[in-house]
Amino acid sequence: MSQTKMSKNMFEPIELNLAKSEEIAKPSLTFWQDAWRRFKKNKAAVVSLVIIGLLTMMSLIGPHLSGYGYDEQISQHANLPPRISMLENISWLPFDGELEKKNGDVYNAYEQKNVDVYYWFGTDSLGRDLFTRVWKGAQVSLYIALLAALIDMVIGVAYGMISGYFGGKVDNIMQRITEVLISIPNLVVVILMILMLKPGILSITIALTITGWVNMARVVRAQVLKLKNQEYVLAAKTLGASNKKIMVKHLLPNLTGVIIINTMFTIPNAIFFEAFLSFIGLGLQPPLASLGTLIDDGYKVLQLYPYQMLIPAVMISLIMICFNMVADGLRDAFDPKMRD
Amino acid sequence: MEKVLEVKDLHISFHTLAGEVQAIRGVSFALHKGETLAIVGESGSGKSVTSKSIMRLLPQANAIIKKGNILFDGKDLIKLSEKQMQKIRGKDIAMIFQDPMTSLNPTMKVGKQIMEPILKHQKISKAEAKKRAIDLLKMVGITNAEIRFNQYPHQFSGGMRQRVVIAIALACKPKILIADEPTTALDVTIQAQILDLMKELQKKMDTSIIFITHDLGVVANVADRVAVMYAGKIVEIGTVDEVFYNPQHPYTWGLISSMPSLDAEDQELYAIPGTPPDLLHPPKGDAFAPRNQYAMKIDLEQEPPMFKVSETHFAATWLLHPDAPKVEPPEAVKRRQFQFSHEGGRIIG
Amino acid sequence: MVKYIGKRIVYMMITLFLIVTFTFFLMKLIPGTPFTNASKLSETQLAIMKEKYGLNEPVPIQYMNYLLNILKGDLGVSFQFNNVEVTNILMDSLGPSMVLGFQAIVVGTVFGVVLGVISSLRRNTWVDYSATFVAVIGKSIPSFVFAGLLQYFVGLKLGWFPVAFWKGPEYSVLPTIALAMFPLATASRFVRTEMIEVLESDYITLAKAKGASWFEISFKHALRNALIPVATILGPLTVNLMTGSLVVEQIFGIPGIGEQFVKSIMVNDYPVIMGTTILYSVFFVVVILIVDLLYVIIDPRIRLAGGRV
Repeated sequence: MSQTKMSKNMFEPIELNLAKSEEIAKPSLTFWQDAWRRFKKNKAAVVSLVIIGLLTMMSLIGPHLSGYGYDEQISQHANLPPRISMLENISWLPFDGELEKKNGDVYNAYEQKNVDVYYWFGTDSLGRDLFTRVWKGAQVSLYIALLAALIDMVIGVAYGMISGYFGGKVDNIMQRITEVLISIPNLVVVILMILMLKPGILSITIALTITGWVNMARVVRAQVLKLKNQEYVLAAKTLGASNKKIMVKHLLPNLTGVIIINTMFTIPNAIFFEAFLSFIGLGLQPPLASLGTLIDDGYKVLQLYPYQMLIPAVMISLIMICFNMVADGLRDAFDPKMRD
Repeated sequence: MEKVLEVKDLHISFHTLAGEVQAIRGVSFALHKGETLAIVGESGSGKSVTSKSIMRLLPQANAIIKKGNILFDGKDLIKLSEKQMQKIRGKDIAMIFQDPMTSLNPTMKVGKQIMEPILKHQKISKAEAKKRAIDLLKMVGITNAEIRFNQYPHQFSGGMRQRVVIAIALACKPKILIADEPTTALDVTIQAQILDLMKELQKKMDTSIIFITHDLGVVANVADRVAVMYAGKIVEIGTVDEVFYNPQHPYTWGLISSMPSLDAEDQELYAIPGTPPDLLHPPKGDAFAPRNQYAMKIDLEQEPPMFKVSETHFAATWLLHPDAPKVEPPEAVKRRQFQFSHEGGRIIG
Repeated sequence: MVKYIGKRIVYMMITLFLIVTFTFFLMKLIPGTPFTNASKLSETQLAIMKEKYGLNEPVPIQYMNYLLNILKGDLGVSFQFNNVEVTNILMDSLGPSMVLGFQAIVVGTVFGVVLGVISSLRRNTWVDYSATFVAVIGKSIPSFVFAGLLQYFVGLKLGWFPVAFWKGPEYSVLPTIALAMFPLATASRFVRTEMIEVLESDYITLAKAKGASWFEISFKHALRNALIPVATILGPLTVNLMTGSLVVEQIFGIPGIGEQFVKSIMVNDYPVIMGTTILYSVFFVVVILIVDLLYVIIDPRIRLAGGRV
C-alpha cells in the first residue's frame, strides 16, 4: 500500500448519497431484447438465419430469373449439366457444362448438342430448366412446411393449453388420447392418409398435421403446468380474470418462447417428410416440383447425370441444416439454463 | 498455538466474457491447530472462492491466482501440480459443501462413496475399508449403519445426507476441514444437530475447521475466531468475543446491528443500504465507502491497511487511524461494547 | 411396478386395436381394387375374384372377419402373390430389416456416445467443434440423401462397397452407415449436453475434493449418470430408423419389410399393407415399452421408488 502523505483534512467525514448506491447500473432489457442479444452471440445461428432469408427470397424470385417456366420442356436440351457463363472457365467448379461418360471420358454436352444458351443448374431428362425447377421446388417445400407448422401450432397450442390449464379430468382424458396417438407410427398414418386423399399439396399438408400437432401439445402443456402455478396467475385469478383472459393474456405470451422453438423444429421435419413421401412416389405429381420429387428424379439418373440429384440434395440439406441451427440458437437464447 | 495453514496476500481473478473480475483482492489469515475459524460475509464477498482456492478447486478455465501463497505442511499449495493436489485432497484437507441434496452421486451407493477416499489414500483392503466406512457412519450418528451402507442417497433425508458428507470428509482424518455453509440448506433443528456433531468430532479428531457462513448465530455457536469479508478482502478478524462485542469496522457494525436482538426495545430492524460493489471495476479506496455512513474523504482515495486492535484483533478501517475523528457506533454495537468492557475486555475509544 | 407394466400393456392393446381399425377402414376408402391394375378382367371374372377374397360382404362383416383372423394369427393372403400368406411374406422380409435396423442403432448409438463424451471432455476445442459439425450434418441431411450420396461416391466412384442387394455382410455396410447417421448425431448431442451438466454438479466437485483423478471423475462418476437418460431417446431413434429404412431399403435394393411395404402400396395389395402396418405398429409399441422399462430399471432413483410415480 503506497504511503502517500496524508493530511489531516483527509479524515473529514463526507456526505454520502446512499440512494445512489441503490441505482441500477445496467439498462434493463425486455425478455425479447435479452433473448435477441443472446441469439446474436451464436454466430452459426445468425448466419443460418440470414441464409434462410436468402433462400426464401430466391425461392420467390428464382423461378422468374431464368426466363423458363418450371414445366417448360425443350427436348433437344435434355440432360445438360450446369453451366454458368462467368464460372465456366474455372475447371474445378462444376459449372463448365462438362459431363463424364461411363468410361471416364469428359465431353462438353452443350457443344455436343449444339446448344447456345446457358442453363445455370442444367436441365433434366425432359429438357426442363433445373434452375427454375429447383427454386420452384424450394418454394413448394417451404410452403408445405410452413403451412404444416402453422396448423400444428394452432391445434397443438390450443390442445396443450386447455389440457394443461384445466387439469383434472379434462387433462386426464386429453392426455390418454395423446398417449395413444403418439404410439401410432407417424409414418404409417401419413402414408395411409396420402393413399386415401390422393397426393397433392393440400393432402400432404393435412397428412403431416394429423400427427404432428401432438408434439407441440405436449411441450405447451408441460410449460403451462409450470406457469399456471406461478403467482401472477394466482394474482390474476383473485382479481377476477376469466379463464380465457388468463390463458390469452398471461399464459400465451409466456408460451411464445416454447412455441417458436418447437415450430422451428417442426419445419425441417415437415420438409423431410414431404421429400421422403415424394421420394417413394407418394408426394407431388409431375409436373409439379418439390425438392423431394427433384431428388427422386435425379436419383434415377444418378450415375449418368449426378448433378440432377446433387443440386436439390444440397438445397434441401442446406435448408434443413439452417433451420436446425436457428432452432438450436433460439432454444439457447430463450432458456439460458440449457446453454452449453 | 501452532499454525496449520497460512494464507498470504491472496489475489484471485476470474476471466469472464465481460472482463476480469477481481474476486479476491489481498486476503491473508492463518488457521491454528484445533481451532475453528469462521469466515462471514455477504454473497459475492469472496468467502467461497477463498475456501475453494485452498483446495485448488476453482475452474481452471477462467480462474487465475494472480498473487499470493497458501502455506500448508511446509509446502505452498499454489505451486503444487494437480497430481500432487490430488494426494492432499480428501486426505490432509477435506471439504463439505452447502447442499446435501446434490453433494452425493445419486447413482452410487453411499457406502461406496465413503470408501472412495479411504481406498484412494490408504493402503488397506476393501474389506477393511468397508468396516471403516460403517464405523464412520456410526460415528456421525446414522443408525443401522450396515444396511444404510448399501443404500442410495435419495433414501436419506437432508440432515442424514449431510452427516454422510461429513463422514466422507473425515474418513482419512484430515488436518483441515473446510465447511462451506454446511447448514444453510437445512432446517434449524437439524442445523443444531449437525453443528453439535461437528463440534464433537472436532474434539475427537483434533481437526482444524474453516467454517464459511453468512449466519452470525452459527458463528457464535461454533467458532473460536471469525474473519469478516467484504468485496474480496478481510475487513476485520479476531476472536469471536472481540468481533462480536467490540467490533471496529463499520461493515461489522452493520452486520451486528442487523441481527435481531432479544433485549432491544421495539426498533426498526437495521439493514445496510445499497449493494456490494461490482468487482469488474473495483472501486478506488475502501470498497465499503459508498455504503458507509462513517465514510471519510480518505476512504474514497486509499484502501485502509489492517490496524491492530489487540494481539488477536485487527480491522481495516481508517477510523482506527490516530488522525481519524471519534465516532459513535450504532446503538446495538454500543450496548455490546458496554457489556464487553464490563466483562474485562478493553475498548479502543 | 407390476401395476405400471400392466397399465402400459393395456394401452398397448388399445393402441393396436385402434390402429387396426383405422387401417382397415382407411383401406376401404382407398379408391380402386387390387384388380384394376391387373389385365382386363371380365365382369364375371371380377365377381369371382371379389367373392374369393370376401370383398362382397358388407364392410362391418369384413371387419369382424378380419379381427377374428388376426387373433388367430392369420393376416390373410396376399393379392399380388397368389395365395401366399401375408404372414409368410412378412417373415421372409423381416430378416434383412431386423439386421439392418439393429446394426444401425448399435453403430449409431455407440459411436454417438463416444463422440458425445469426447466432445464434452474437450469442450470448445476444435475436437468439440468438429464433432458438433458432424452432428448437425447427421441430424439435418435426410437419410435418403445420405444413402444416395454414399451409393454414388463410395459405392460407384470409389468402389469400396457394393451398392445393392443383400448377399453378404459387406452389402450391409453402406445402408447401415446411411441409417446410422441420424442416431449418431442425436446421441452425440444428447450425451454431450448430459455430460456437461453432470460435470458441473456438486457431487462431481465433491469427488474432486476427495482427491479423485480426472479419469476417475469422468468415467466412474460422470459417465454413469450421463448415460442413463440416453435410454429416453432410444425410443424415438428406433422409430426414426423405421422411417429411414423404407427408403434406404429401396435405394440399396434390400429385400426387407420397407421395400415390401412400398411395393404393396403401389399395387394396392390390402392384406400386405395392413399386415405390414400392424407389424410396424406392434414393433413400435413394444420397443417403446421396453425402452421405458429399461430406463426405470437402470436409474436406481426410480427403480427403488417402485416405477413411474
